[in-house]
Amino acid sequence: MNVSVKVNGTSYERDVEPRTLLAYFLREQCGLTGTHVGCDTSSCGCCVVVLDGSTAVKSCTMFAVQADGHEITTVEGLAKNGSLHPIQQAFWDQHGLQCGFCTPGMMLTSYVLLQHNPAPGEADIREALSGNLCRCTGYQNIVKAVQQASAAMREPAAAKQ
Amino acid sequence: MSIEAAPERHALGHRMKRKEDPRFVQGKGRYVDDISLPGMLYAAIVRSPYSHATIKNIDISKALAVPGVKAVITGKDLEAAGLGWLPTFHGLDKQMVLAIGKVLFQYQEVAAVFAETRDAASDGAEAVEVDYDPLPAVADPFTAKKDEVLLRPDREKKTNHIYHWEVGDRDATARALDGSPVRVKQRIWFQRCHPAPLETCGCVAHFDTMGRLQFYVTSQAPHVYRTALSLVTGIPEDKIHVISPDIGGGFGNKVPVYPGYVCAVVGALKLGRPVKWIESRTENLTSTGFARDYHMDVELGSDKEGRLTAMRVATTADHGAFDAAADPTKYPAGLFGIVTGSYQVPVAHAEVDAYFTNKAPGGIAYRCSFRVTEASYAIERAMDILADEVGVDPVELRRRNFVRKEQFPYKSALGFTYDSGDYHATLEKALEQIGYTDLLKEQAEKRARGELMGIGISTFTEVVGAGPSKHFDILGIKMFDSAEVRIHPTGAGIVRTGTKSQGQGHETTWAQIAAEELGLDPQNIMVEEGDTDTAPYGLGTYASRSTPVAGAAIAVAARRIREKAAKVAAHLLEVGEADVEWKDYKFQVKGVPSKAVTMKEVAFAAYTNPGPNEPGLEATSYYDPPNMTFPNGAYIAVVDIDRETGEVKVRRFVAVDDCGTVINPLVVEGQIHGGLTEGFAIAFMQEIQFDREGNNLNTNFTDYLIPTSLETPHWETGNTVTPSPHHPIGAKGVGESPNVGSPAAFVNAVVDALSPLGVRHIEMPVTRDKVWRAIRDAEAARAGGGAKRP
Repeated sequence: MNVSVKVNGTSYERDVEPRTLLAYFLREQCGLTGTHVGCDTSSCGCCVVVLDGSTAVKSCTMFAVQADGHEITTVEGLAKNGSLHPIQQAFWDQHGLQCGFCTPGMMLTSYVLLQHNPAPGEADIREALSGNLCRCTGYQNIVKAVQQASAAMREPAAAKQ
Repeated sequence: MSIEAAPERHALGHRMKRKEDPRFVQGKGRYVDDISLPGMLYAAIVRSPYSHATIKNIDISKALAVPGVKAVITGKDLEAAGLGWLPTFHGLDKQMVLAIGKVLFQYQEVAAVFAETRDAASDGAEAVEVDYDPLPAVADPFTAKKDEVLLRPDREKKTNHIYHWEVGDRDATARALDGSPVRVKQRIWFQRCHPAPLETCGCVAHFDTMGRLQFYVTSQAPHVYRTALSLVTGIPEDKIHVISPDIGGGFGNKVPVYPGYVCAVVGALKLGRPVKWIESRTENLTSTGFARDYHMDVELGSDKEGRLTAMRVATTADHGAFDAAADPTKYPAGLFGIVTGSYQVPVAHAEVDAYFTNKAPGGIAYRCSFRVTEASYAIERAMDILADEVGVDPVELRRRNFVRKEQFPYKSALGFTYDSGDYHATLEKALEQIGYTDLLKEQAEKRARGELMGIGISTFTEVVGAGPSKHFDILGIKMFDSAEVRIHPTGAGIVRTGTKSQGQGHETTWAQIAAEELGLDPQNIMVEEGDTDTAPYGLGTYASRSTPVAGAAIAVAARRIREKAAKVAAHLLEVGEADVEWKDYKFQVKGVPSKAVTMKEVAFAAYTNPGPNEPGLEATSYYDPPNMTFPNGAYIAVVDIDRETGEVKVRRFVAVDDCGTVINPLVVEGQIHGGLTEGFAIAFMQEIQFDREGNNLNTNFTDYLIPTSLETPHWETGNTVTPSPHHPIGAKGVGESPNVGSPAAFVNAVVDALSPLGVRHIEMPVTRDKVWRAIRDAEAARAGGGAKRP
């Protein structure tokens, strides 16, 4: 089946099997390997991407054909003009990652959270990230990273200090 | 932030942000499944639905007819090629690559299918028809012990018993226990669990145009893989190139060599095309290395004040279908001899008997150094039981029995020489940090109201950094590790080691060690690991051995460079070498601080103006540690239990660690947070369970639980520093301490909360259900008039 998906601003037209999951479409058809697959049961959240700018989806729960005509943002689309997105910067600054495997999904879930709730409290952040598993960090520094990103995105000038 | 940054120095002790992170936050990490080669095929594995069954027939014809399927191999094919069996790491057993004659555990590998796409390979695997004749299953080691059903007729000895191992003085321990005024005994099971890194295991195998095997693999020990692959396949070792790219967590799961790897190599050889094999989560949880599964009978003896007189532990170990425990050759039960913990135990005896069962093989360490977690849990749990028996606060019992700081180096009853520590200081710091006195008051008030609040202490000692070559080897290879350091003309450099980070941050901390030793900028010291063509030979990253062994090798190699550099500096300063000293990160003329050259200047000269010296500036070290290191800590958990539902809430957790010299506090804290979270998971959530037929009941993340951001407690950390006296920079290793030390703290807290009801022990994982039953049973026993202790 032919699908046309805009990923990080670039259109990809591909002929895919109907059963192809969006996660594998992104990884294998678009070559965007920052979207990871860590389980078979939609439990881990390593494959989270952003659908149409404002919805976080686990891309293993969606067929590529369902994304036809839609826009997807993956981790590769976060940095702009060679500058890290404040969320990426915050994960780095706060040691919010270790092996890095869950990190793209964590950041994209945070990205959507901060759109809907620009100033989340710790409980809001933990609730929002509860579908994203991490084996390395214990989440504490991830929470701090989201708080830093939240502050930076609300007051970009302050973040540069 | 409780770990203070060291005073301003060149690199060591600084909270340097990780150098590897920019690529990870941009999705530019390169994990094995990210590697695609032209013409690459995909492998899928056919697995057994039975835990024990004879294979009557395998029909591959329908699979070969599936579009895209190129080949199917079975155990018979591999056996004919001499590749039917794989040696396990500590050499006591071998493992079938693909089942030959019968299957021995559910999800065992039976056939491998190679196809043009991932989906075609799965379709092909579905189409392989295997005719099984089920055999009686042996699903626990106590049944196995009876030898009524023999699992491994391929072995010379016709028994399910694999080995007996013991250490200590059996008779003296028995006498001491018999003469002890106070004795306690408890059966403690450390349940079977699984490390479950988020990235599953996998590989890409490819024979290049020169016929050389290019093998990309999720390995914590790439050099050992190269040697093992050469020994198994007969491919000369120079024709094998193992590359471990970025690894998405390992926690011990990525130490063993798995059948899928061998199948991928065979497929690539047979079909002349690259083959990728990536296991699913279910395959990961059901067939790759599990951890623990030790049933431990623990006995302690003491005087009336609780001063220990003796310890005895008899363990029954469930090793599954093959003895694939990744332990050093001379240590089939790993470093279980650390079971006397942080205490002065005059005499002790420990023994382990291991059995085959119809379960997946393994017995690898889940974020711990070779059975140290089992040992630590046993002693820390038993100390609380003894405290209850003696009628003394568990904190006070520990204080009375600690090895005192002036006793180091301390020779334990079971043969280890502990390097350093100040257990009293570490415990006092943790007690102060958590406000122990106030908590005791609060608990007394709550108990008076019938509320269940518990405080759990664990004051553990680990043994890590394997290990001295006279004792430690894997497949005969001594457990040294290595570093090569090269300094370039501009003062930048590269460090390569035989270890392999899976998230530990070596690219940062290794650069910091080299920078500290050489007075250079860690930002310009690149670290490269995981490529067997470039890295010096090493045994890899597990058992908290990277910093104790490879970290030491980096310091030694850097110091060798400094010796060479001193000669070049003398040439530049126009003085004799004896007149040059390394001071304040510079070479100075003794007594004339104004006459000095930096390492950067010396590096340039080493290539442009070396004088009478050999050009260049590089060194290699193969470091053979003189002893193990002994990180330790004091952990305190506070829990509240809902009497009606059995729900346990971890209200606070303080972890004070002593890992010797801290290279990077940011990285150390991160390691502790992660390890505590894994310890929390083990204590409360994780178990790989089997029914009586040997069916695995926890085959994915909906049944085998990983804590989310919601359940995971907030961690409070602190530290004390007693450097290891024998390590070049005094570091001990830290990655596993929180996982080794924390399960006992959690369980001790739960038992403490339930102790007014007469509960003395509860098995992990401490689920709501178990707690609720313990409360109900205790209350029923009380109502019935007799105090019952489950």
